[in-house]
Amino acid sequence: MTDTVDTGPMRAADGTPLKVSLARALRRQKIRALALVAPLLIFVLVTFIAPIADMLFRSVENQIVHDTLPNTVRALADWDPSSAETPGEPVYAGLAIDLQTAAEMKAHTRLGSRLNYEDPGISSLFRQSGRNVDDFGKAAMKELVAADPAWKDGATWGNLLGTDKWVEAQTAWGADKTGLQPAFKARSGVAGTLPRTLGAYALFAADARESGRKSALESKPWPALATALEQDLRAAAPESLSALEGIDTALLARTRDAVDAAAPVDYRADFLAMDKDWASPDVWRTIRVFSPQYTAGYFLNSIDLEKTYEGITKRPPEERIYVTLFVRTLWMSMLITFCCLLLGYPVAWLLANLRASTANVLMILVLLPFWTSLLVRTSAWKVLLQQQGVINDLLVWLGLVDDGHRLAMINNQFGTIIAMTHILLPFMILPLYSVMKTIPPSFLRAARSLGATPWTAFWRVYFPQSVPGIGAGSILCFILAIGYYITPELVGGTQGVFISNRIAFHISSSLNWGLAAALGTILLAAVLLLYYVYDKIVGIDNVKLG
Amino acid sequence: MDSRTGGDAAFVAFEHVQKSYDGETLVVKDLNLAISKGEFLTMLGPSGSGKTTCLMMLAGFETATHGEIKLNGRPINNIPPHKRGIGMVFQNYALFPHMTVAENLAFPLEVRDIGKSDREAKVKRALDMVQMGNLGGRRPAQLSGGQQQRVALARALVFEPELVLMDEPLGALDKQLREHMQFEITRLAHDLGITTVYVTHDQTEALTMSDNIAVFDDGRIQQLAPPTVLYEQPMNSFVAQFIGENNTLLGTVKEIRGDLAVVELDDGELIDCKPVNVSKAGERTKVSIRPERVEFNKARLKPGAHTLKAEVLEFIYMGDIFRTRLRVAGNDDFVVKTRNAPDQVRLQPGQQIEIGWLPQDCRALDA
Repeated sequence: MTDTVDTGPMRAADGTPLKVSLARALRRQKIRALALVAPLLIFVLVTFIAPIADMLFRSVENQIVHDTLPNTVRALADWDPSSAETPGEPVYAGLAIDLQTAAEMKAHTRLGSRLNYEDPGISSLFRQSGRNVDDFGKAAMKELVAADPAWKDGATWGNLLGTDKWVEAQTAWGADKTGLQPAFKARSGVAGTLPRTLGAYALFAADARESGRKSALESKPWPALATALEQDLRAAAPESLSALEGIDTALLARTRDAVDAAAPVDYRADFLAMDKDWASPDVWRTIRVFSPQYTAGYFLNSIDLEKTYEGITKRPPEERIYVTLFVRTLWMSMLITFCCLLLGYPVAWLLANLRASTANVLMILVLLPFWTSLLVRTSAWKVLLQQQGVINDLLVWLGLVDDGHRLAMINNQFGTIIAMTHILLPFMILPLYSVMKTIPPSFLRAARSLGATPWTAFWRVYFPQSVPGIGAGSILCFILAIGYYITPELVGGTQGVFISNRIAFHISSSLNWGLAAALGTILLAAVLLLYYVYDKIVGIDNVKLG
Repeated sequence: MDSRTGGDAAFVAFEHVQKSYDGETLVVKDLNLAISKGEFLTMLGPSGSGKTTCLMMLAGFETATHGEIKLNGRPINNIPPHKRGIGMVFQNYALFPHMTVAENLAFPLEVRDIGKSDREAKVKRALDMVQMGNLGGRRPAQLSGGQQQRVALARALVFEPELVLMDEPLGALDKQLREHMQFEITRLAHDLGITTVYVTHDQTEALTMSDNIAVFDDGRIQQLAPPTVLYEQPMNSFVAQFIGENNTLLGTVKEIRGDLAVVELDDGELIDCKPVNVSKAGERTKVSIRPERVEFNKARLKPGAHTLKAEVLEFIYMGDIFRTRLRVAGNDDFVVKTRNAPDQVRLQPGQQIEIGWLPQDCRALDA
């Protein structure tokens, strides 16, 4: 043995610092541990964290209006929504381009559905207008082709708006058509002079790239491009057009002259002719209010408010349902949890204190419903509780209830509470049991030997020690209850349904996923809040599952 | 058997008590026991001997299947535990984990509706009594095993019961602490003049602490006697085996002459014994001799006393004593203990010696 005299860091036998050596020694273990948990970690990330993050995002996301109607939204910014007037011509002109491109990409119906959540009826307006809106484009295209037939050719548009490199690459792709078309790159300077055309063409090129059959240069140009170019040419100063480099400026100048010579299109009048609803300021208000990329609208809907141009207002009374549902879900979940506790505590006590053989039989009785299909159990309650069901028949037979006044015990809140208490009971009993199992019987004996009556011994000594089990069971039951869906759906009728039934409705029937996400987020937040409150009052350390 | 039947003088009395859990076997068989006031009685026995059941019947947690238990002359069979006013210390202390030490001690006073100031004074006095005065605010989990033990003791005493039951209270402590607590408990019991019934399976504990020891086996009291009597004059071979170390030789009674019995061992040798559990010649007997009463220095034996040949098998040096294992009359586990005195002989393995003893130290017991 040699004594080390250096005062530096502790070193291992081979001279490396002890910390480095230790880290190296533990690294393998750490990697192995990580590898062992990796499948679960990935599973949880993919199936749990990611969906929750996506849900949280969906509850505020609102890019569809901004992305589908870029020109309209831009022009609409100048309009005063409180006026009774419809917006000016630029808005309609923008809409003519946007709606055409949207119709080409079949996006207008989706947009219509989105706005329909806020203003019912708007979706048919979008659907019908989308059908005829390319009339604008066809007329404009005719005009352009009259000025120069080259506009019929996709290559003309590509040369005008894309970089030379992109056109080259695109031509090369057209020769063998393997792989993905090169992504569109805008020619410099065009964005300032021909913004609408460029915007529409970017969508056109992306659409061609996605379909993948024909090169953007070979595809038939969208009529929307003609509308956009016509508007751009009217708006652009002649000198800015001729200043563009690398393109056929003569073609542009020629076309511009032809466009100028023709009478300007009255987009507003044409849209009103298409559908008189375009004259309604309400439609434009809706579009304007929901034009930002992110919105609190879904959350406001979730608490029976709505977002209008005047700010946040209450929904009309007949449309207020969610607050009621949230409150109902919360108090019924609490009631169900309480019922579970009331019924489960004595059972858990018996389980923990009976002889092992008897306790095992009882445990199987507790677990048996647990192993039975949820649907079977719920259906069984239907059989028992319905007006012509077992319990009513029995009560009538006993003469306790008149045959004409059978009790309504199902398809209402009573039914939901009964069935859910039954279903969630094991979740209360099991944590209670595992905690009670750890309380030695000598505590009760000690209390009694010290002079406490059986009740005092229970209340002062046994009960406080079972509180962690009560906490665990209650949290488990409550959280399960608050998100329960199938049972309330089957036995709840209209008065006994929970917020989760509404969420399911929006997910699968109305397809308003944003609202469903907002409702879900609120539910999640409510649970987390209750959890926090519970932690503050009882202390989460006081929760024991065994 | 030496069981006394409880008269009016007895503070605690078991009268013909039987206990069965399953209706088929008796755990306690016809128990008669009287404990006088202020006595420290230990119930000693192997596990399953019925001692804890007796304690639980006395505390009221088990009911006697037959017979009567009296406390202060009053039958208590039908009085629930909380009305018996008996203090009890449990094996694992059973301190309430959600209460502080002081709250634990105040509990029996609270349920007795004792006023707050009175209560506090009593709690303080009880804590001081076990030298825990400054730890009243702690939780049981923050205390060491010995401290928990003291609190449990204080809690059993704080409401001033006349009878305290202790169910193997020192089982979880290490040796040194256990010895210290043994002393503390006996001191407290005597100072306060409380009657104590103490259950243990540790014979040393029983011998050092008790006024009287009741040795349990097979649901019966095998012997009830003060420690010295129990050790030196065991009444049957179970007690002789169970208490202390013991050498056993098997043989047949040859003849009994008053206070002396001659026993022929199985290998034909004759020895002198004191007849205890044998009455006539021809009976099989187990002869019991304590290891420290065996003598191999002939000078110290009575002239004419029977001696036995022995071969030394092993010599173990234990510091204060020497433990020598011998082969005697075919028994390889015959042990002799000698004091480590300057003039003491240290026997060598293989050595052939002769051993003997005073007849009164050698007891002929039941086979």
